Amino acid sequence: MSQLHESTTTDRPASGSRDLRLSGLTKEYAAFTAVKSLDLVMPQGSFFALLGPSGCGKTTTLRMVAGLETPTSGAIHLGDTEITYAKPYKRPVNTVFQNYALFPHLNISKNVAFGLERRGVKNVGQQVADMLELVELTSQAHKKPAQMSGGQQQRVALARALINQPEVLLLDEPLGALDLKLRRGMQLELKRIQTEVGLTFVHVTHDQEEAMTMADTIAVMNQGVIEQMGAPNDLYENPKTTFVANFLGQSNLIEAEIQGREGGQVKVRVQGALASIPTERAHSESGKGWLGIRPEKVLIAEAGHPIDAPGDVITGGFITDVSFVGVSTQYMVKMPWGQELMVFEQNTGARRMLPVGTKVDVSWRPEYAFLLDASQDAKAGIEED
Amino acid sequence: MSTLARLRRWIGKHLVLGLGLLVLVYTFVPIAVVVLMSFNNNSKSKNVYKFQDFTWNNWLHPFKPGGMKDSVILSIEIALLATLVATILGTLAAFALSRHKFVGRKAANLIIFLPMASPEIVMGSSLLALFVSRGFGGQLGFITILIAHVMFCLSFVIVTVKARLSGLDDNLEQAAMDLYANEVQTFWRVTFPLVLPGIIGAALLSFSLSFDDFIVTNLNAGQEVTFPMFVYGANQRGVPMQVNVIGTAMFVIAIAIVLGNEIFRRRQEKALAA
Ligand SMILES: Nc1ncnc2c1ncn2[C@@H]1O[C@H](COP(=O)(O)OP(=O)(O)OP(=O)(O)O)[C@@H](O)[C@H]1O
Ligand SMILES: [Mg+2]
Repeated sequence: MSQLHESTTTDRPASGSRDLRLSGLTKEYAAFTAVKSLDLVMPQGSFFALLGPSGCGKTTTLRMVAGLETPTSGAIHLGDTEITYAKPYKRPVNTVFQNYALFPHLNISKNVAFGLERRGVKNVGQQVADMLELVELTSQAHKKPAQMSGGQQQRVALARALINQPEVLLLDEPLGALDLKLRRGMQLELKRIQTEVGLTFVHVTHDQEEAMTMADTIAVMNQGVIEQMGAPNDLYENPKTTFVANFLGQSNLIEAEIQGREGGQVKVRVQGALASIPTERAHSESGKGWLGIRPEKVLIAEAGHPIDAPGDVITGGFITDVSFVGVSTQYMVKMPWGQELMVFEQNTGARRMLPVGTKVDVSWRPEYAFLLDASQDAKAGIEED
Repeated sequence: MSTLARLRRWIGKHLVLGLGLLVLVYTFVPIAVVVLMSFNNNSKSKNVYKFQDFTWNNWLHPFKPGGMKDSVILSIEIALLATLVATILGTLAAFALSRHKFVGRKAANLIIFLPMASPEIVMGSSLLALFVSRGFGGQLGFITILIAHVMFCLSFVIVTVKARLSGLDDNLEQAAMDLYANEVQTFWRVTFPLVLPGIIGAALLSFSLSFDDFIVTNLNAGQEVTFPMFVYGANQRGVPMQVNVIGTAMFVIAIAIVLGNEIFRRRQEKALAA
């Protein structure tokens, strides 16, 4: 089923692996660089999520992989085969378009059969029927796209790409138009299909929850560059930039002065108090830095009361806002230097909810803290809405 | 008071409908007259355009008046040829104008509106001047009429097809390419079928524009007589009632095309729904 007639490069190891590799991939428009020298390896068979805010270059990246956009520079390899400039119809890559792009003049089964027929596959009827069953659209096979709901169209777009069993399936926000319930359902379904067929999925989204629940690997993209890449929990637990810390979940970033290394720890001074960070979580070595701690990792107690499982402690805060969200309570704690920290506390029932105005101490286990370079904007990646 | 309010509501409800009907009547009365007159027996007085007696004769011998048959055939020939040439050239031009960037594209996009915007008499006489200055003065006839008709049909075709093309989502062609269709397959499987309704519309428009053009044709026809020229000429001596037969026939054919299309579409939809 190889569609590739392009030259293979010789300087690559001749492994059997069909990883998708982007090297130095760049796309410049007249006055704007949409993608800046991207280096990425998407392992064969993985569910790879490209996560980032609107306009950061996700679609552009996918379009270059699909062959619908010519890179300004850089290269795209699939295993040992270079496909940077291969025609889209010669790549074993299929796309689920952000706006579906279903053929309006063809009915659903013709839409789904399109790819197989172009490749000269005979008797596609059974495969089309199976595929329609997979996306639960068997009864709609003879409808035209315009006669279907947004969610149904999205499933057709998925079926139309999936039926070709491409080596790489590119999904450009394929669940964007669905309501929450259908979205969750399709997320599970997509994940199941991916595990079953073992294809490489490259899934573009700006929904961080979606990326975290579905992907093996997430690459967080911002303004044309990859900020950080890794497994969802690594990314969440140990962000390397303020953008990732804020875009993926929420973070408290506190100004800190780095004192130096001591054993496996980096010692910092935070507004008079001392705190430490494991070296593998410290992404700045000297001078100033941002000490980061996730809100759910911060513990609070009334001033003077003992804190459960304490670590580094800072005293002198008072509660300015309390919101009860069922499973947890979210506190805003104003610190002596004026900053408000977010604290999420599980409603275990161990203690009553603390009212606004309560004087409190906060604490966190040093192993949950992370340290970021101070030159970055502490507000980067915070979604204003 | 309540009766007044009710009256007002009644008027509000029916006014739009009433006005619409009036407009319809206004446009259909002349057609009704043509249809009626196609059954008129005017043997008593040729100079009065008035319904005198009912007869099937006009329909049985539609080409009785001398010269009329030739003029109808000529007009149909020219309309078919002009439609063919203008549709093909115009469609190609529309693709070029909307798909390719070249120097003068903006200007070209404006200039194609000129033939639509300029008065026919101006267009006709400049064409005539052109033909004469190029030494075709003595050879005015079929070819010069055809050239003239292709010229004014072209703008309509280009504008219609371009409108259709610009409404076409680029992503569709890209999706086709993504799904293993090469450039040629993409064109015939996706682009062409989606633009086809625009092309057909443009062809129908061209045919009717060409068939009933008088002013431009009259100036460039030489010795040839098209159907509109025949009617104009006959008008001086009293219009033969058979003219109404041709008019009615054209009208019926046009309606049949539209209805046929609609019925086909509904059938297809029903078949799909079943
Ligand atoms: N043809 C073009 N000419 C100039 N700039 C472009 C062009 N296409 C895209 N861009 C710019 O490139 C940037 C990246 O666009 P892209 O479509 O990749 O964003 P995205 O990450 O997919 O965003 P979204 O989540 O909104 O879909 C945007 O800022 C966009 O304005
Ligand atoms: Mg996009």
